[in-house]
Amino acid sequence: MNTWFDTITLLLILSNLALLGSSQLGFCIRVVAVQGIALGLLPILFGSAEWSVHAIVLAASALVLKGVVFPWLLFKALRAADVRRETEPFVGYVLSLIFGVVALAVVLCMRSRLALPVSADLRLMVAIAFFTILVGFFLIVTRKKALTQVLGYLVLENGIYAFGTTISSEQPWLVEMGVLLDVFVAVFIMGIMIFHISREFDHIDTHRLARLSDWNQGETEESNP
Amino acid sequence: MTLALVLIPAAAALACFVIRYDALRRALLVATALAHLAMTAASWMKRPVPALGGWLAVDAGGLVFLSITSVLFLASALYALGYLKREPHGERKDFEEGVLFTNAPEAVFTGCLLFFLATMTLVTISQHFGLLWVAVEATTLASAPLIYFHRHDRSLEATWKYLLLCSVGIALALLGNFFLTVAASAPGGGSIPLVVADLMAQAGKLNVPWLKAAFVLLLIGYGTKMGLAPMHTWLPDAHSESPSLVSALLSGALLNCAFLGILRIQQVCSAAGIEAFGREAFIAFGLVSMAVAAVFIIAQTDFKRMLAYSSVEHMGILSLGVGLGGDGIFGAVFHAVNHSLTKGMLFLVAGNLLTVYATKSTARVRGILQLVPASGVLWVAGFLSITGAPPFGTFVSEFIILKAAFDKGYTVVAVTYLLLLSTIFAGMAAIVIRMAQGKAPEDQGPSRAEPLLALVPAAALGAFVLMLGLYLPPFLGRTLHEAAIMLGGS
Repeated sequence: MNTWFDTITLLLILSNLALLGSSQLGFCIRVVAVQGIALGLLPILFGSAEWSVHAIVLAASALVLKGVVFPWLLFKALRAADVRRETEPFVGYVLSLIFGVVALAVVLCMRSRLALPVSADLRLMVAIAFFTILVGFFLIVTRKKALTQVLGYLVLENGIYAFGTTISSEQPWLVEMGVLLDVFVAVFIMGIMIFHISREFDHIDTHRLARLSDWNQGETEESNP
Repeated sequence: MTLALVLIPAAAALACFVIRYDALRRALLVATALAHLAMTAASWMKRPVPALGGWLAVDAGGLVFLSITSVLFLASALYALGYLKREPHGERKDFEEGVLFTNAPEAVFTGCLLFFLATMTLVTISQHFGLLWVAVEATTLASAPLIYFHRHDRSLEATWKYLLLCSVGIALALLGNFFLTVAASAPGGGSIPLVVADLMAQAGKLNVPWLKAAFVLLLIGYGTKMGLAPMHTWLPDAHSESPSLVSALLSGALLNCAFLGILRIQQVCSAAGIEAFGREAFIAFGLVSMAVAAVFIIAQTDFKRMLAYSSVEHMGILSLGVGLGGDGIFGAVFHAVNHSLTKGMLFLVAGNLLTVYATKSTARVRGILQLVPASGVLWVAGFLSITGAPPFGTFVSEFIILKAAFDKGYTVVAVTYLLLLSTIFAGMAAIVIRMAQGKAPEDQGPSRAEPLLALVPAAALGAFVLMLGLYLPPFLGRTLHEAAIMLGGS
C-alpha cells in the first residue's frame, strides 16, 4: 500500500510542476487527466481494509469524471476555440516553476506542524494536497485563456479532493461532496461557457473579457458617444 | 412540511421544462411563489417539524432569511409576468452597442427561477454544514443561466466572472468544511456530526486551531458569494447585466443566503468560546466593503451598477454589525430584512426605467418624475430608504448598529461608519436627484402609461420597509431577537 501512496504522491508533484511549466494546452489537459485518474484510485487504496461498495462507487465515479468526461469536454472546447497554446501568461513559465518549487518547500516544512488526526505516513499526502491547491490558485490567477483557468480550477479542486480523501475515514460523505463539485464544473463552467465564449468572441482570452469595469469607463464613453 | 418548502419549487421547476405554453408556465411561477409564501407564513404560526434526522429544520435565523426570500420572490414573480410579456421574441438590437442578440428560451428562464427559489430555501433551512454547502453551490448553478438570459457578450462576460469567482469561493468553503471535520473529530476516534445543534452542544470538544482555520476559509468562501470587498468584483457585473428582477433576487435574497452560511459557522465559534477571533475580521471586511462601495458609487455612470455597489455597502454593514456583537447582531439581522426589501424595490424600479429610457447611463436618464411619475416617486423613496434616511426601517437598523459601536467602545469604527454612510448618501443623492428631476428627453413625449404589474410589487416592498421603520410588529421583533440571541447577540 505504501508504494502506491508514494507513487501517487510523486505523480501529483510531477504533474503540478509540468502544468506550471508547459504552454501546450493539449498536453496540460492530458496531465490534469492523469492527475485525476491517480486521485480517483485513492479511495480504493484507503478502503483496502474493507473493500466496501461505497469506496468502489466513489472511485469509479471520480475516475470516469476526471479521467474521461473532463478531458473529452476540454478537448472538444479546444477544437471549437481553435487554440493550441497559452500565449504570454501574466507570469512566465520559468518564474512559475520557481514558484512551484518554493511552494513545495513551504508545504513540506509545514507538514510537521499540522496537528492532524491522521497517521504519520499520510502527512505527506496532506502536504502535497495543499501544494496542489496552491498550484491551482496560481494557474487561475496567472493564465489568460479561459481553458487554462478551468484547468487551474480543476487542479485546485483535485487538491481539495486529495485532502478530503485523506481525512474521509471520519466522514465519508465529504468526498462525495467533492465529486459533486466535479459534476458542477463539468456541466457548467467547461461545457457551456467555453462554447459560448468562443462563439461570441472568436477567442477564449479572459483578459479581453474586460468590457465591464469601472476603471476604463472614460475610454468607453469616448469611443461610443 | 419542511421538505415541501424545497420540493414544491423544485417540482415546479422541472414542470417548467416540460410545459410548452408560456401562459401556463407564468401561472405556475406565480402559483408556486404564492404557495411558498403561504408555507413560510405557516412556519411563523408553528415551526414545522425537522426533517431528514435534523438536517433540515426551520430555526429563528433561518426563518427570517426564508421569509425575506419568499416575499422577494413573490414580488419578482409578479413583476416577471409583465416583464416576460414585454420582452420581444426573436433577434433584436442591443441598445448599448447595437449588436444583435436573442433571449434564452423562456422555459429555461422560468425553470431556473423556480430552481433558484428551491436552492435558496434549502440554504435557509439546512442545519448540516455539508448540506448547506451543497445548497449554496446549487444556487450558483441555478442563477448563472438567469444572468445569461440576454445572450450577448456583456452578459456572457458577467456570467463567466460570476461562475469562476464564486466557484473558487465555493471550493474554499469546501476546504473549510473539511477543516471543520478535522476540528470535529476527536483524537481518539469518533467524531461529532456536522449539524449545527450537535456542534454547539459539544463545542468544548472541538479542536480550536482547526476550527479557526475552518472559520477563515468559510468566511472567505461564502464571503465571495456574499459580495464582501475585496472579493466582490463579480457582483457589479452580474447585477448590472442580468434582467432587473433577477438582480433584485440576487441582491435581496442570494447575498443573504451566503451571509447565513457565515452566521452558522460564527454560531459554532461562539459556542466554542472563540467568537472574539472572528470579530476583527468581520469589522475589517465590513469597513473595507463600505469604503470600496463609496469610492465606486461617487460619479457612477451606470445606475444598475450604482445599486450593485450599494449592495456591497450593505453587506459591509451586515458584516460590521455581526463583528460588533451584542445589539449589533440584532441590528444586522434587522438590517438584512430592510436592505432586501429596499433593494428589491429599487431594482424593480430600475427595470422600469430601463424599459422607458433604454439606457443604463445615469447621464442620459432625466426627468423621471415628469415622464413616469409613479416610478419616479418609488425611485426617490427607494433612494431615501437605501441611504438610511428616516422614517424607513433602514434608518432604525443602521442606527442600532451605530449605537452598538459606541456602546462597545469602538469609537473610531463608529466615526468611520458614519463618514462612509454620509459619503455614500451624498454620492447617491447627486446621481438620483439629477435623474429624477430635470426635463425628460424631447422624443419621449409628456408622460408614459405605466403598467400596474411593474409598479405594485415595488410599491408593496417599499410600503413594507416604511412600516418597519414606524412600527415593528411584536411577532417579528420577537423572532428577530431570538435569531440574534441564537447568533450570540442580545
